[in-house]
Amino acid sequence: MEQSKDDVTRRGSFIKIGIGSLAVAGCGAAVFGYQFLSPNVLYEPSPIANVGKPDRFPPDSVTVDLVAGIYIMHAAEGFYALTATCTHLGCLTAWKPDLNIIACPCHGSKFNRRGVKIDGPAPRPLAWLKVWVNDEGDLLVDRSTPVPQDHFVRV
Amino acid sequence: MPPTIEGYWNDLRSTKVWRSVFRSGTGTSTLHRALAVQQNVFLHLASVKMRRRSLAFSATWYLGTMSLATFLILTATGILLMLYYHPSVPQAYADMKDLQFVVSAGVFLRNLHRWSAHAMVFLVFAHMFKVFYRGAYRPPREFNWVIGVILLILTLFLSYTGYLLPWDQLAFWAITVGANIMSAVPVMGRKVRFLMLGGNTVNANALLRFYVLHCVILPLVAGLLIAIHFWRIRKDGGLHTGQVETPAGAPNE
Repeated sequence: MEQSKDDVTRRGSFIKIGIGSLAVAGCGAAVFGYQFLSPNVLYEPSPIANVGKPDRFPPDSVTVDLVAGIYIMHAAEGFYALTATCTHLGCLTAWKPDLNIIACPCHGSKFNRRGVKIDGPAPRPLAWLKVWVNDEGDLLVDRSTPVPQDHFVRV
Repeated sequence: MPPTIEGYWNDLRSTKVWRSVFRSGTGTSTLHRALAVQQNVFLHLASVKMRRRSLAFSATWYLGTMSLATFLILTATGILLMLYYHPSVPQAYADMKDLQFVVSAGVFLRNLHRWSAHAMVFLVFAHMFKVFYRGAYRPPREFNWVIGVILLILTLFLSYTGYLLPWDQLAFWAITVGANIMSAVPVMGRKVRFLMLGGNTVNANALLRFYVLHCVILPLVAGLLIAIHFWRIRKDGGLHTGQVETPAGAPNE
């Protein structure tokens, strides 16, 4: 029997079903793969750091917390905290008391104690972080919550 | 006639055991020599005949062969290093130090692995420059050039993932910086960084992911592409000799 081009053959429909199911399975594998590779639970340190009683920090001082990666500043206007992570490529910066600057060892960015960039490749100032005092009178810093600049906390 | 080494060699090659392993048989005719290459799973990647010119040092400076040699050294030493290395945060640095100061021949294997890694990056780059300046990337070899570029990226990625494994300050900050560069990819950069590190910071998950990439996934992909790379040399008409060539492969319609 002659077949015209529009006829549906058994082989043709099986091939379509086969390719279709492979495509669905492929999409499913991509979604499952993506979900599998994204961890649902992270055993990372809490973003909230307890830095202790405010009287630890003398007036006009810069204190580095290396474990938390933050600076706690006690200025005339009050307390504030800066991230110590450089905004360029994420290196840990260091406070240079003799030069009165924050300097990054990786690519030479420099910031003043308000986090404003003085020099180097950093694209943004160092972020100001949320600071508050809890019921026990401890100073807490939330490293995941940036606040606007010149946001001081008075104790 | 007194027995000679060549005589013993030929006797060995005619034994039943030898013939069952190597299918080409004895004899030094052109056919036998061709079969010896063509019927061997490793040698058949190469062509049965090649131009004397393409075997000269000046043709390639043997840079591709040396890249392969460093890859094989890295595979062998890497497997041995894996026997003493645990990819976990408390142990990784101590294991690396143990390899240097406690394990017999550990420092030799670690240094051989490290220097071969540096040499491989250098040789792959040099190989690429040599191919480029000789014009050996031109048709019909353009696809093999593309495979070579992918192999260069794999080499750099192998180098990068291996860099984290000693888990020292240099490793930690290099991967921190590299991961932040990765997050500069438009739209999906931060997601790529998150999947790559298995978290937001370079930590236990990142160490394990880099270990699996470095020891399993990347070497397997590189090995597969290396096989295709060599096979394509033969299929594209052998090494480039600078002479006018008729294109290899199937004719166009």
